[in-house]
Amino acid sequence: MGKKLLLEHINEPGIQSFEVYRKKGGYASVEKALKTMKPDDVTEEVKRSGLRGRGGAGFPTGMKWSFIDKKSGKPRYLVCNADESEPGTFKDRYLMEHIPHILIEGMITSSYALGANTSYIYIRGEYMYVAQILERAIDEAYANGFLGDHILGTDYSLNLYVHVGAGAYICGEETALLESLEGKRGNPRLKPPFPAVAGLYSCPTVVNNVETIAAVVPIVNLGGDEYAKIGVGRSTGTKLISASGHINKPGVYEIELGLPVEEFIFSEEYCGGVWKERRLKAVVAGGSSVPILPAGLILTTAKGEPRLMTYESLADGGFVTGTMLGSGGFIVMDETTNIVQNLFTFTRFYRHESCGQCSPCREGTAWMEKILHRLLQGKGKKTDIDILVNAAKNIEGNTICPLGDAAAWPVAAAIRHFRKEFEEIAESTTEGKKLEIATH
Amino acid sequence: MAENKAIEFSSDTLAVAKKIIARYPEGKHKSALIPILHLAQTEFDGWLSVEAMDYVASVLNIKPIEVYEVVTFYSMFNTKPVGKCLLEVCQTSSCWLRGSDEIINHIKKKLNIEVGETTADGMFTLKTVECLGSCGTAPMLQCGGDFHENLTTEKLDSLLEKMKIKNERSTYLKSLNLSS
Ligand SMILES: Cc1cc2nc3c(=O)[nH]c(=O)nc-3n(C[C@H](O)[C@H](O)[C@H](O)COP(=O)(O)O)c2cc1C
Ligand code: FES
Repeated sequence: MGKKLLLEHINEPGIQSFEVYRKKGGYASVEKALKTMKPDDVTEEVKRSGLRGRGGAGFPTGMKWSFIDKKSGKPRYLVCNADESEPGTFKDRYLMEHIPHILIEGMITSSYALGANTSYIYIRGEYMYVAQILERAIDEAYANGFLGDHILGTDYSLNLYVHVGAGAYICGEETALLESLEGKRGNPRLKPPFPAVAGLYSCPTVVNNVETIAAVVPIVNLGGDEYAKIGVGRSTGTKLISASGHINKPGVYEIELGLPVEEFIFSEEYCGGVWKERRLKAVVAGGSSVPILPAGLILTTAKGEPRLMTYESLADGGFVTGTMLGSGGFIVMDETTNIVQNLFTFTRFYRHESCGQCSPCREGTAWMEKILHRLLQGKGKKTDIDILVNAAKNIEGNTICPLGDAAAWPVAAAIRHFRKEFEEIAESTTEGKKLEIATH
Repeated sequence: MAENKAIEFSSDTLAVAKKIIARYPEGKHKSALIPILHLAQTEFDGWLSVEAMDYVASVLNIKPIEVYEVVTFYSMFNTKPVGKCLLEVCQTSSCWLRGSDEIINHIKKKLNIEVGETTADGMFTLKTVECLGSCGTAPMLQCGGDFHENLTTEKLDSLLEKMKIKNERSTYLKSLNLSS
């Protein structure tokens, strides 16, 4: 059994409540930080822990915190990114629903480190019932003196609010999220300035993922060095993985970074193997945006080493033979999966979610969807495959925010690793052999 | 549809709206727009008419165009009337891998509607949506704030039956309780 730092008490009856959470050692990090540490000491521990952002990009959290402008004289904000909309990702929902107080606790300790006196949790609107769980948890924290004025009798005060969105993947991108939080359309901002300098209401702001903020709790409790002992190399600590698709046991698993991918897929402790006794065909390891890998390359790197669940090992081989840990949205496909059709669902998603600001993304995602649709309907040509590759290439790197890249990578990777399937579809689909395909 | 109902929040809802506005710094009341639009959609029969949007603009003391811009950007806001039960079926990869097409087709056949349409009795509207964070319990649909997961066609049949008997409008917001 791997170490559990976030989900340790997940099976404790009543852990949703303040009382039980507290009994299990909850809010110790707030006491420790506020009473025995200076704000910068907390940041220092987070730096030492090696924690990297769990929202997808993997940026070192302590470093991000140290960028926040503490001299501007403006209020500072911590905003928790609970927009969780990357297909294949549902870990934040699971954590917030079952152990809401770990997020509240992490928000208090992190806000203290950043010197924020007002913080927000931006949660996707579809998670309305989770927002209501958080509202209750926040109420309990206020009632017990962990939020509000003079927390635990110290000089530190914090107000924490939940803010619901209304359905838009792009609002997970941090500057779009800030726009949305200001009551506007979720159009990403040009950077610089970065949020650390001019974020919410043009004030210094840090945006962090739910899991990142929750991880601050064990980091402060254990100390950064102790946390850093878990994991491999620069992939420290534990990570929540959302496992879905053709496996026997879909769900959220907390793993120690460094677990072999093979063990994750096939052991009973985790996914329990591919369903229906079928063979593994492919995996999208880190949410819809990361390159798909065929079975061979997800289990072992091109060099023949076992692939591990770490930022580095999954990325080994670059985009030619590797992928990314991303958000930890682990989608497994069995041997019967039509890769082109799966890609179509991703591309339809990105077309739907493009904010429309940048033409390469707005137009490009629509073209790619149209071409894939045409292929699947038996109206495609072999040359369509190169048009797709080209379209993806022309979106990548040419947009304000990385949604364009996120839309382009899955297309490029599916064709890179499964070109034959695209060719077969392009050649075999005469009118009569039309594939059954949803066109909603 | 309650055609003649005045477009105006009840006093309870208005009190909640005021409380939401107070969550943001002085002068940043526009931040409350999306949460208040959720209140409006809940109160005004599941969709946002121009009148409803104009009313929200007046509550927040902002220009109507600022409300229209936002409403048309976010997929949870309906700018046309919808059935009492808006069936939002996820169709993205993890759900597709586990049979969302079958779920969608079953609903279409059973209710005799296409995606985007509402049944003649105004009970159901079918909508396809993108990943709702239920990938591990796929296939799924959301109706109001409720997630219906690990769906099969049998489960779906009994679900639709229950909804019909209950005959209530489903809403995302189940309660107006906010933390203090
Ligand atoms: C299109 C797009 C969608 C994103 N969606 C999310 C999301 O749902 N949740 C999240 O935490 N980060 C998301 N991100 C990453 C955020 O921009 C940001 O990097 C992250 O919230 C930072 O937190 P972290 O450092 O703790 O990971 C998204 C990025 C892009 C470009
Ligand atoms: S893919 Fe359907 S809920 Fe995620």
